[in-house]
Amino acid sequence: MHSTTPNFKKNARTALADSQLQEALAGLPGGLVAQRAAARERLPEFDSLRDYGRDLRNHTLDHLDLYLERYEQQVIAAGGHVHWAQTADDACSAILRICSEADARLVTKGKSMVSEEIGLNHRLEGSGLEVVETDLGEYILQIRKETPSHIIAPAIHLTQKQVESDFRLQHDHLSANRKLDEPAELVNEARQILREKFINADVGITGANFLIAETGSSIIVTNEGNGDLTQSLAKTHIVITTIDKVVPTLNDAASLLRLLARSATGQEITAYTTFSTGPRRNGDPDGPQNYHVVLLDNGRSEILGSKFKEVLRCIRCGACMNHCPVYNAVGGHAYGWVYPGPIGAVLNPGLIGIKEAGQLPNASTFCGRCEAVCPMRIPLPKLMRHWREAEFEQTRGPALARAALRSWAAFAARPWLYHPLARVAARILKFSSGSRGSLSWFPFAHRWTKDRDLPAPQGKTFQELWAARGKSTTPKTKRSAR
Amino acid sequence: MSRRAILDKIRQSLNATPNDQARRSALDARIANPPRAPAPSRVAATGSDTIACFKSELEKQLATVVEIDNPALIPSAIASYLEANKLPLRLRHGCDPYLSQINWTSAAGLTLNSGPAAPNDPTGLSVAFAGVAETGTMVLQSGPDNPVTLGYLPDTHIIIVPKSRILATYEDAFERLRTAIGSGNMPRTLNWISGPSRTADIGGRIVIGAHGPRRLLALITAEK
Ligand code: SF4
Repeated sequence: MHSTTPNFKKNARTALADSQLQEALAGLPGGLVAQRAAARERLPEFDSLRDYGRDLRNHTLDHLDLYLERYEQQVIAAGGHVHWAQTADDACSAILRICSEADARLVTKGKSMVSEEIGLNHRLEGSGLEVVETDLGEYILQIRKETPSHIIAPAIHLTQKQVESDFRLQHDHLSANRKLDEPAELVNEARQILREKFINADVGITGANFLIAETGSSIIVTNEGNGDLTQSLAKTHIVITTIDKVVPTLNDAASLLRLLARSATGQEITAYTTFSTGPRRNGDPDGPQNYHVVLLDNGRSEILGSKFKEVLRCIRCGACMNHCPVYNAVGGHAYGWVYPGPIGAVLNPGLIGIKEAGQLPNASTFCGRCEAVCPMRIPLPKLMRHWREAEFEQTRGPALARAALRSWAAFAARPWLYHPLARVAARILKFSSGSRGSLSWFPFAHRWTKDRDLPAPQGKTFQELWAARGKSTTPKTKRSAR
Repeated sequence: MSRRAILDKIRQSLNATPNDQARRSALDARIANPPRAPAPSRVAATGSDTIACFKSELEKQLATVVEIDNPALIPSAIASYLEANKLPLRLRHGCDPYLSQINWTSAAGLTLNSGPAAPNDPTGLSVAFAGVAETGTMVLQSGPDNPVTLGYLPDTHIIIVPKSRILATYEDAFERLRTAIGSGNMPRTLNWISGPSRTADIGGRIVIGAHGPRRLLALITAEK
């Protein structure tokens, strides 16, 4: 997928001024936040399960090569095929090849963020295939030629009114006078239209929430049942997924499934959780006749050896974005590439490069809510900080900021010079702030002071105050994580 | 090529060699003896009632749950549910042995057809391999006994769950599966069903009946 990530600031400004987007955002993630809190409340083991999940993901990552080999062996034993793909392009080509072997014309798709990552629809359509998204949110986005703005609620940025007018335009074979002002009526209309597609599809493509080494199974989790119709009615089922999705055993998948829906939507479990293993068996009256898994790397094996390794524990629940004040203000599209919110701020630079995605780790208030709710206990703020450092090292910081920091560093490294200068500066600033105690202008910072005042020092430096207190205060203990 | 390159890169990132015996035994041990996370206290605490928990969790997810002590009464229970919902008295089902011990002719007006679901079948009938109390989840195996389409194409899905198959946790259900078909084996599809189909993709409001069944009826019954 093409990224507009370098324009994050501009995207964010546009998003803040978009009244329809702001109407759609108001309250929606807020509901998910409350529902997650209620689900956590109902399961006293929730937080200890998070520790368990973190450890099991760490164990899997430490043995990733071996679990992938075992997984592959089991898929083959069940009659399926595994296609390894280093890059997005490799993955698209593999899928195209399978489609052409199947003589496919119509392809149905369940929701898959990895397919967004590799720009799959574009490639398939370019080869003359009809591709139909079947997740309701994704279907709406496909009509609008938009991308998902959230990893589990892809159309969260749209209002019901927008969907209604899209359906009236798109489904123009239906009566113009039909009633469409209830969500149920809209859902029903899409249901009728997509039924046809499910039944006539040649190939069904789904993602995978997890892969199981013990059995060679892929798992999808849905509420609509679209993924099941996609994979059981088409002749060929293709799973597009990535190497970090593998878990050792069925029991391990169960532990993570206990966390996934609760963290995502606050549901105890989704309506459907489906384990698929190979093609239909002898005597099976339904199910696909061919089963293929396309296993994508796209930079993850590189991340595995970096200080960003922990991000590979992610189970894509979306809790970090639901709880993020920046995401809640600007929505997902401003992030400019597949994964929005805190997970995107950490993952996207790893996948498309810090040069492209460098603004994202900076789009954070460091409030720490993402880490506090992440079921896999990924230290998202710490990882964002690492990216900021990496970005700075690659001298992408503004020249003025770099010069200022360099001269500050020169002073700070010389306490005999720094302390007296700081004392003088603090007193001058106190004097210039007058009785207001704040400055409305500051050299080189007029952009910052344009919209707000800068609190002025109160006349003494921290060192002076510290010395005056006789260093008696003990530091507070660290805020406990939820 | 790709396979080799990806695995090599992973090993390089992990500082590992392919034939490290300790790493291989760690994997073998975990798969041979899959560890379990601590079970949720709602089903693990002493005195917790598995059947009651199964029922109340499933009802919270907007399924209808009916308990029937005598399996002979299943046909009439189904007929009255369909009538109450103004649905045709037609069922599609597979060849699960649990179904063949029931005398269907006794039930007024039910028409039964076997095989996978056809697009216009109004109601599918399946038998669960297991029930999981912790979230009111029913576990179904694909195959001729219970074709997988029965649970997704028709507007209404009815699932029979024999009481003795209702277990506390997901891991218990997997253990039952390993015993039934052998460790490491799976049916083509194992379906966990925990409520009727739904979506919240339009304006964040929940609508029941997105692509799959609009109604889900679970019949908790005695074993044959
Ligand atoms: S980073 Fe954590 S909270 Fe965010 S999507 Fe991944 S698992 Fe969920």
